[in-house]
Order: sequence, then C-alpha cells, then structure tokens
Amino acid sequence: MTVLLHEEFVVTRGDYKNAGSVSSAIKDKLRTIGIDAKILRRISIACYEAEINMLIHAWGGLITMDVSDDGTVRFVFKDPGPGIPDLDDAMTPGFSTASDDAREMGFGAGMGLPNIRKVSDDFDIQSSPEGTTITLGFHL
Amino acid sequence: MKGREFFELVNAKPIVVYDESRLDNEYTTVFASDLMSDALAMVSGDADETVLITGLMNVQSLRTAEILDVKVILFVRGKKPNQAMIDMSRELQIDMYGTDLMMFDTCGILYAHGINGMK
Repeated sequence: MTVLLHEEFVVTRGDYKNAGSVSSAIKDKLRTIGIDAKILRRISIACYEAEINMLIHAWGGLITMDVSDDGTVRFVFKDPGPGIPDLDDAMTPGFSTASDDAREMGFGAGMGLPNIRKVSDDFDIQSSPEGTTITLGFHL
Repeated sequence: MKGREFFELVNAKPIVVYDESRLDNEYTTVFASDLMSDALAMVSGDADETVLITGLMNVQSLRTAEILDVKVILFVRGKKPNQAMIDMSRELQIDMYGTDLMMFDTCGILYAHGINGMK
C-alpha cells in the first residue's frame, strides 16, 4: 500500500472563530482529487464533528489524512487531553458534557461521536488522561 | 415545490442571495434545528432539494450547511445574521433568507404543503 496524499492539519485550542475551517479545507482538498460526493459528505461530517470535539472538549490537536492507492482515506485525530472519562457514555446518542459556550455555537447535542461512528467505514477510539485518538477509515 | 413558493409560504425575505436561479429549484425537504450535530446526523438526502431552517445565528450554521452541501438557509424568529456570517455566506455562496415566524409555525406551514423532514 502506498500513500498517495498525506496532509496534516492543526486545530488550535480555543480558536472558536475558525471552528470548522480545517474540515472545510479537507473537503476542498478531497474534492480536487475527485472523491465521490456521497463519500465526501460522510468524510466531511466526521471531520467536522471531530474537529469541533477537539475545540470544545480537548486542548486542540492534530489531524492527519492519508489517501492510499488501496482506495482508502484514513484519518487520525489526536489531541493532548484531558481524555474522555467514560467512553460508553460518550458514545451514547444524546449524552453530552458540552459547555454553555459550545451550546451557543450549536453543539452539545450529544451526537458527535455517534455521528462519527455512523458515517465512517472503520472507527476506533482510544482515550486516557494524556489524550484521545480517533482513527477513521473510509473506503472509496 | 419551487423555491419561490417555499419562501412565499412562510413570508421569508432574502437576506443575501447569490444564485437567484435557486428560486426555481424544487425543494422537497427541510432540516430544522438549532443543534448542528442533529443536522449532521442526516447523511442521506438530496442536498440540492433541502433547506436548512435554524435560529442559530453564528457561522456554524453556515459551516454545517457547507458540510452537508446545502445551499440555502432560512433563519426564523426575525433574527439577522452578523457581518461574519454574511462574509462567510459570500465565500461559500450560500443563500440566506429570513422570516419573522417561529420555528414551529414555519415548519408547520411547510409540512402542510408537502415538505418533509430529512430522513
């Protein structure tokens, strides 16, 4: 398997003003290489939710994207903490610990992680107080 | 129904419109919520036939529309977008309309005329 396209995107802690701009850039990048519109929408939803989570629940983070010649797009969303206390709760639709600030932005419905799992073909999440890593795969 | 009829039904006025031809597009579906993660749960559906209806007055309503490929937003309760929203709508070429009606009344009128929610 060969990586055809590798990109890294930084999500800056507390940068609410530009929330979603990384996902927008990812969508534009993938559109230029001709990814199917329906798959692109699923990828965009996952990236947007994960990016917002990095802003409202974590202290920013790094998103890496690899497009490979085996027909997959793989993302790793890695943040430096503070981690998710109970992953089962976090994966339950409607469960939310979002702040008032996040709710004012229109988030905090408790649908972020369930949405990400729903739209992705491969989903893995690992979390500890040192940080959370979400790995996603999409089959083109 | 055509966009023109859609907006007339709920007495919606244009705030910024970049593509007037969308008034002649067929709209079949709305997604109505102030919670953007609820909208983002809607993966299927034809974005060209969908209007996002919300009272959320910040740029995340536009980002959500962009992510979902929705090109028209209708704001309820007489709220007006701020300059940052207008700037982003221009960048994304997303049309914005506004109505003084409440969310419930807006959706009720449209539903009574055959518009459905996203599945």
